[in-house]
Amino acid sequence: MGGAERIRVTDPGPASPPASSDAVVDVRDVHYAVDGRPIFSGLDIVARRGLITAVMGPSGTGKTTLLRLITGQIYADRGVVSVFGRDVGTLGATELYATRQRMGMLFQNGALLTDVDVFENVAFPVREHTDLPEPLIRKLVLTKLEAVGLRGAAHLMPAELSGGMARRVALARAIVMDPEVLIYDEPFVGLDPISLGVILRLVKQMNDALNITSVVVSHDVQEISSIADYSYLLSGGRVVASGTPAELARSDSATVRQFMTGSAEGPVPFHYPAADYATELLENAR
Amino acid sequence: MSGARKAGLLELVRKTGVTGLFFLRLLRACIPALARPRLIVAQIYNAGARSLIIIMLSGLFTGMVLGLQGYDLLRRFGATEALGTAAAFSLLKELGPVLTALLFAGRAGTALTSEIGLMRATDQLTAMEVMAVDPMRYVAAPRFLGGLIAVPLLTAVFNVIGLYGAQLIGVQLMGVDHGIFWAQTQSALALKDVTEGIVKSVVFGAVVSLIAVNEGYHAEPTAAGVGMATTRTVVASSVMTLLLDYVLTAAFL
Repeated sequence: MGGAERIRVTDPGPASPPASSDAVVDVRDVHYAVDGRPIFSGLDIVARRGLITAVMGPSGTGKTTLLRLITGQIYADRGVVSVFGRDVGTLGATELYATRQRMGMLFQNGALLTDVDVFENVAFPVREHTDLPEPLIRKLVLTKLEAVGLRGAAHLMPAELSGGMARRVALARAIVMDPEVLIYDEPFVGLDPISLGVILRLVKQMNDALNITSVVVSHDVQEISSIADYSYLLSGGRVVASGTPAELARSDSATVRQFMTGSAEGPVPFHYPAADYATELLENAR
Repeated sequence: MSGARKAGLLELVRKTGVTGLFFLRLLRACIPALARPRLIVAQIYNAGARSLIIIMLSGLFTGMVLGLQGYDLLRRFGATEALGTAAAFSLLKELGPVLTALLFAGRAGTALTSEIGLMRATDQLTAMEVMAVDPMRYVAAPRFLGGLIAVPLLTAVFNVIGLYGAQLIGVQLMGVDHGIFWAQTQSALALKDVTEGIVKSVVFGAVVSLIAVNEGYHAEPTAAGVGMATTRTVVASSVMTLLLDYVLTAAFL
């Protein structure tokens, strides 16, 4: 964990760690703790313009916390989180909201507004941030819903959607303002194979067609590795490995191999720290 | 002072401070929220119009009880013609605003708290923040303003139906003269008495709505957390309504 080696990329290419001028999201030496429990201790991650950057790691490594840091919902105790070249921690409320308008985020559960239908969910950011006439809003929303294959579901309420459909609607909402950065929080969790394949293709298409910079937080190694340009593996509050998916797959690092193969044995412990098993069982038997 | 008592006192001070700051943020968010009256009207409908049945039924039965009890008491002094005045005073100055606020807290306040709490638990509020939409302006302020407007209107309905209930028992059942009932009521009531009721209903509406929105907004984002917040809304609203009723009554005397 803490002592795990950090893989270094030895062959800089198009998908190598980005130059800072290309960095849309730049997380530098970030430390963050909750109630004294460190979540990050020296985290370095860069998401380069136009690429899909994957952030992987076991559950509880703070992947969602990282997204909250990037979107300015929480602030780092130490270090810098920059988005579009601006330190998120120093932005005022107005500047932060202006920055957020250039970002889109797909939540794990969709986070759709439950009291309005699919159409109004997608239209929500447009209505809030623009004064576009209704016919134009309608066209815009239907275009985005068509892109995720749910134009026919525009009249449905969120409660009537399956998990995969809800996530596609949330994706349509995330792209309706044409963001420069799209952030995905565990987009593949709990989906059936068809929905998973659809979401996977959509993430790739959004990136290719709209040249959006994507940051995907996920622990679905195979899925995310199939579309990511560059991957980071988090463990113990810091990056323990980074590189292209192919480089990570070839890695002989014990941590990387354990994570990529999903093994219970390895540097990342499966068991929560506990007293000796046999001793505890015998104690209970007395 | 013992450690536990000290911690309890500190927690009370902290919660009061958090609520006070939330109230200031809410007031600031109310100004831009007024620019979107559609949201406020929707909340007046949700919290107000949907509470009408319970308010009307409660008002009717309260008025009927006032008619019965008032008649029984006044009969002992030979003053049954004052029944209308007694019922109107009780309803307009006390029972109308207080019972409406208590019923509103139980019917609409709990709904507000659980709705906002569930929005928090399902990341809807966070999603708004990430979409650069302030949930204070879009969610909290319209619900607060909706409650603030709905409670005085519901109080007026409660009072009217309550007076009708008192008249129903006093005049139709007990035989008090119809003309005397209304004429006495009309001549004894002053504008000050009506104003007292209106001021109380506005204050109660603000307090109950503030408590409901605040508890929902700060609810722990779990099923148990939302349940606890809903309970706190009813308890805090009821206690604050009765406490403020005493304060306002003393202020108007």
